[in-house]
Amino acid sequence: MQRLQDIAIKVESPEGVQASHGNALPILYEILHALQRFSTEGEQSCIDLRSLPFGPGDEEELLRLLGRGEIHMTMEALGESTIWETAFSGVWIVDHRNAEGERVALQIEIGSVPQIVFSQQEDIVDAIDRLAAQLKEH
Amino acid sequence: MADDRKKLSMTLGESLRQQGVSRRGFLKYCAATASMMALPPTMVPAIAQALEKAKRPSVIWLSFQECTGCTESLTRSHSPSVENLIFDHISLDYHHTLQVASGDAAEAAREAAMHENEGKYIVVVDGSIPLANPGYSAIAGISNLQMLEETVAGAAAVVAVGSCAAFGGLPHANPNPTGAVSVGEIIKDKPVVNVSGCPPIPTVITGVLAHFLTFGSLPELDALGRPMVFFGQSIHDRCYRRPFYDKGLFAETFDDEGARKGWCLFRLGCKGPMTYNACATAKWNQGTSWPVESGHGCLGCSEPDFWDAGGFYNALSIPDSDLTRKTGYVVGAGVALGAVAGALNRSTRAKAAAKHETVTIEDLDKKS
Repeated sequence: MQRLQDIAIKVESPEGVQASHGNALPILYEILHALQRFSTEGEQSCIDLRSLPFGPGDEEELLRLLGRGEIHMTMEALGESTIWETAFSGVWIVDHRNAEGERVALQIEIGSVPQIVFSQQEDIVDAIDRLAAQLKEH
Repeated sequence: MADDRKKLSMTLGESLRQQGVSRRGFLKYCAATASMMALPPTMVPAIAQALEKAKRPSVIWLSFQECTGCTESLTRSHSPSVENLIFDHISLDYHHTLQVASGDAAEAAREAAMHENEGKYIVVVDGSIPLANPGYSAIAGISNLQMLEETVAGAAAVVAVGSCAAFGGLPHANPNPTGAVSVGEIIKDKPVVNVSGCPPIPTVITGVLAHFLTFGSLPELDALGRPMVFFGQSIHDRCYRRPFYDKGLFAETFDDEGARKGWCLFRLGCKGPMTYNACATAKWNQGTSWPVESGHGCLGCSEPDFWDAGGFYNALSIPDSDLTRKTGYVVGAGVALGAVAGALNRSTRAKAAAKHETVTIEDLDKKS
């Protein structure tokens, strides 16, 4: 069965009509302030884009204005997540998808690296056990 | 069966680890859960800590005078998917439409879940309860009223899903031939959460259940018993078309220049100013769109008596009797009163009252 995102839906705006609803700019100001706080006080922050009442075109406009930076990552955990640094250092996009490829969270994270990228203590403990067991076999 | 019991006694963290899910995967799951519960991402560590220890609660789902639209909505929930919800978040022990068992075996499953989880299980109800005659709606020979009272007696909480269970909905609309009432009108000794909407937004249903699972408590509720986190702001206040309303730019018909340019739908009957729901942010069909974004005004389906609130295409034509109450919600929510009160002027009220006819069963008989 075709999934919803596979059906090509294109919103056509009449000529001269704005393609977005002006919600990208206030978010950019919020990002600017968060980035200033991170630079001076080291405070990391995160914005959940799904909690914002975006109109058609707003999300695309925001992501276009943020652009792409030097790092692009994918994470395979309960579905694929895509993480990239925007053209503004310290501003990251974290796009979480489930196993069916449907978006479950879209966040803007402000910090050196998104928190989910760091190796987690529980996984490291598990890794020690597995590596030790593997060495025993040799 | 023994495996099922073992799984039920495991915490969510243990269950996910057993399935080979990494800590990173778990944190991603928590980020999605926070987003679904409309909580800020800063809550993710707290959610992770709580979910790590959370145990799957038993859920008994009762369907009374309803159209199954609420279940249809739930099964289209994608974050988490309904499979995740059933297998990871909750133990759905009884649901007419989704369960394999039928007849006596189904009723035995309900009784077993009630017995084994006494005082801890959640009852989800969709549909209203007929009080005029128990014969109007019964399951396995048990009246809806009897089944509700019997099942809720040992429950921790009740979630009334959909406008029928929350406020009576369509069966309660004039002339209410079955004497339909909401769950809250019957259950007075247990916490009742109203997740209204016709149907409710799928992630709002799962969000409320996830909140209970995560924190072991019910979310903060508004005056109508609805979770504030989803129903705290009006559709109008969160509408991306709101700037057009403020500028006085309205669509007057569905095919005029204003409609094509995406202007405010207030004059086409949009009930956004008096409706509290999360459509503008949660959206529908996997986040694709929502009614106003599709070019149609809000019907106000998450408000009490929306079926009796006059025509869907009349600008805020609500019955006179409801006016004070509905304006009251708006004031309570801290919304600028001027916008709504201005629209609900005397002439509009008089017109609404005049248009709102009371139809009796005798009238219907005469017409047929």
